[in-house]
Amino acid sequence: MDIAALVQELQKKAPAAGVELTPTGVVIRRDDVPLVFGLLKGEFSFESLQCLTAVDRKGTIEVVYHVYSFTHRLMAVLKVVLAMDDLNVASVNGLWSSANWFEREVYDLFGVKFTGHPDLRRILNPEGWTEHPLRKDFKGAGVVLKPVK
Amino acid sequence: MVTEELIVNMGPQHPSTHGVLYLELKLDGEIIVECRPNIGYLHRSIEKIAENRTLVQFVPFTDRLDYLASMNDNLGFCLAAEKLLQIEAPARAQYLRVIVAELNRIASHLLAISTFAQDLGAYATPLFFAMRDRQKVVQIFDELCGQRLTYNYIRIGGVAGDMTPEIARMIGEFVLYFRKMVNDYDELLTHNIIFKVRSKGIGIISKEFALDYAVTGPSLRASGFKWDVRKDEPYLVYDKFDFDVPVGANGDAWDRYYVRIQEMRESLRIIEQAMGAIPEGDPVAKVNKVFRPSGEVYMRTESPRGDLGFYIVGTGETFPYRLKIRAPSFSNIAALAPLIKGLNVSDAVCALGSLDIVMGEIDR
Amino acid sequence: MKPFLMEIIWLVLKGIMALTFVAVSAMFLIWFERKVSARVQNRMGPMITGFHGALQSVADTVKLLLKENIVPTGADFVVWWLAPFFVAVPAIMVFVCMPFGPNAIVCDLNVGILFMCSVTSVSVLGIFMAGWGSSNKYSLLGGMRSAAQIISYEVPLLLSVLVVVMQAGTLSMQGIVHAQETGWFFLKPNLLLAFIIYIIAATAEVNRVPFDIPEAESELVAGYHTEYSGMKFAMFFVAEYTNFFIIAAIASTLFLGGWLGPVAPSPVWFLLKAYGIIFILMWVRWTLPRLRMDQMMSFAWKALTPLALLNVLVTGWLLVIKG
Repeated sequence: MDIAALVQELQKKAPAAGVELTPTGVVIRRDDVPLVFGLLKGEFSFESLQCLTAVDRKGTIEVVYHVYSFTHRLMAVLKVVLAMDDLNVASVNGLWSSANWFEREVYDLFGVKFTGHPDLRRILNPEGWTEHPLRKDFKGAGVVLKPVK
Repeated sequence: MVTEELIVNMGPQHPSTHGVLYLELKLDGEIIVECRPNIGYLHRSIEKIAENRTLVQFVPFTDRLDYLASMNDNLGFCLAAEKLLQIEAPARAQYLRVIVAELNRIASHLLAISTFAQDLGAYATPLFFAMRDRQKVVQIFDELCGQRLTYNYIRIGGVAGDMTPEIARMIGEFVLYFRKMVNDYDELLTHNIIFKVRSKGIGIISKEFALDYAVTGPSLRASGFKWDVRKDEPYLVYDKFDFDVPVGANGDAWDRYYVRIQEMRESLRIIEQAMGAIPEGDPVAKVNKVFRPSGEVYMRTESPRGDLGFYIVGTGETFPYRLKIRAPSFSNIAALAPLIKGLNVSDAVCALGSLDIVMGEIDR
Repeated sequence: MKPFLMEIIWLVLKGIMALTFVAVSAMFLIWFERKVSARVQNRMGPMITGFHGALQSVADTVKLLLKENIVPTGADFVVWWLAPFFVAVPAIMVFVCMPFGPNAIVCDLNVGILFMCSVTSVSVLGIFMAGWGSSNKYSLLGGMRSAAQIISYEVPLLLSVLVVVMQAGTLSMQGIVHAQETGWFFLKPNLLLAFIIYIIAATAEVNRVPFDIPEAESELVAGYHTEYSGMKFAMFFVAEYTNFFIIAAIASTLFLGGWLGPVAPSPVWFLLKAYGIIFILMWVRWTLPRLRMDQMMSFAWKALTPLALLNVLVTGWLLVIKG
């Protein structure tokens, strides 16, 4: 199975969910996260969530999931785009336990709230801190270099 | 009689937390009722730094991730960057990369098994044996790139320096020497009765548990699941070599230890084959001075601790837009809390030691 | 009046000699341990201070004497302060009936071995006091482990000593040595078994690998003496190595014929045997990993104690048969 076939299968199984294939990954709607990931885990035997991170696209935040199927030897990259003023997305901790710490890290560094997460605390930065350092608007105390033109 | 649960703060400064890991343990007598691992004491915001450096400038930072296997981190990052920039390293560089990565794997596994033995109370002796053998690897790296720990040797498009005949002789000697020395560890630890009763059946990671928690590397293979990126998604020239992927049977601490011992033997085989087949040529490709990465890439390699992934997002600037390091130790340590629940403190130390974590990579 | 005064002076002198021996022996053992461990681990050990680092222990002693004595906040001060004495004093008291030679003994009590065993068992109190008084959880765990361990291993230890007493027919240390003039005890099979049980139990008694559970560095940092520094720590340290010497010395007296031996003067033989045992135990220490608490306890109660009891029974039969 390759990624295009997977997307077709997904669209067949869940026609309501907006599953869309882009060159850099499969984009899904935020509200379909439990449905699509449930299908991936249950129907398509994606056994393992290898990586979960986010990218600040200035105005929106993309949450990026790398799920891997050892059965199909296939890495699926899924993306959920969140608006800056509503950073909530359903947690996938119930499907893959590895999501627990990955989601905590994304919460810590980007401020994305994973609803349904059992223990959403900061993980790398001190508790009680209010900022989210991997956002592009974060003004740290350090020296910020300018890109070479 | 009134009994109370005892809360013990294990770490951040503790002899067997392998760095600055902090475990909040709730104990009933000596049985762990609850464990809350806290990390972040070594957080140096390397991912944020990456957004303010060019890809070439970032290579030395990867040395500081997994400081016991810097070559593998260099390699993981450079392969990801090369995949993004569509650069291919020359054949000689590919072989050199394999050789240094496998040498570094041996050095890293040596430390892993000896600190594990130290956690089980074998005072310092296995550690000194391992340090003696690791020193030989480190000396080879010192000759090769002038550094003992933070190499910055593997660069985008190749490697920093070519192998001289002197270094080739040193590597050849090391392979012959270490092939005999691995047996010493078998004698000292593997079949020692106390070592066995302490580590057999402790901290069992089943196949399902490992996949659920995305545990990778020797800890995954110890559960009997045959998965090695070098074999299953070959990068560099690994597909040209003949080597086995050792697996364990029960997934307990002893299996994790023994998988590492066997992996060192396999690494020796790879090094020997690579030394025999290394082609002549330039060790570095002719590449641009300035890179403007665009697009996305996720590349994973097999570091001594598991699947090391680099996720790079570029937008055409000289700086990468976002760089995420998927560190194997991070996922492995996340599995610690359910793993040691219900064990006593001695066994928890054993389970933690057998996971082989490096805090520099977890906290980034 | 006069002979009585002489007696007193002579006793005091003997006492001072024993005390000096304790201090020097502990210092020597610390150096010796460092050298042995260095050999085991392919390194040199201390080499700078004196010939092959011979003065290293002197330097360490000076350092420990000059170090600040830190009292942890929240410590139970009296208990905390008294603990090192409870550990160190019994260790020194044992030397009262340590037979270095036919005449080289402070006082040959007729209940010598009983006195030694009972006095050494006081030190567990000190260890538990240290664990409790420090108000440190690691120390508390170490103290608890230590109390459990020492009390369980006391049983096989005393049972194996009992075999010797039955064979020799006396409790006096000199009497036991004299009983071996016809042949060292460990040559008899039942006493060889007692010797092995004694060595294992004694290793546990002095908290050494593979039974160093109370001080398990990788689990409990340093166990019951985590919170001690300076001279207070030095007292634990000296007591540890003195106890180590004591178990080896008792083993050599009970099983290896004590000071008996040809040609060389008797104290030389005594020390040679004691240090021989010490060397073997050090070798073991630097090679083996540590057992777990429950494994060690079940070993004591399920293996060593029944074996030692059986040994007592068999020895009794043998003695009755021989009449």
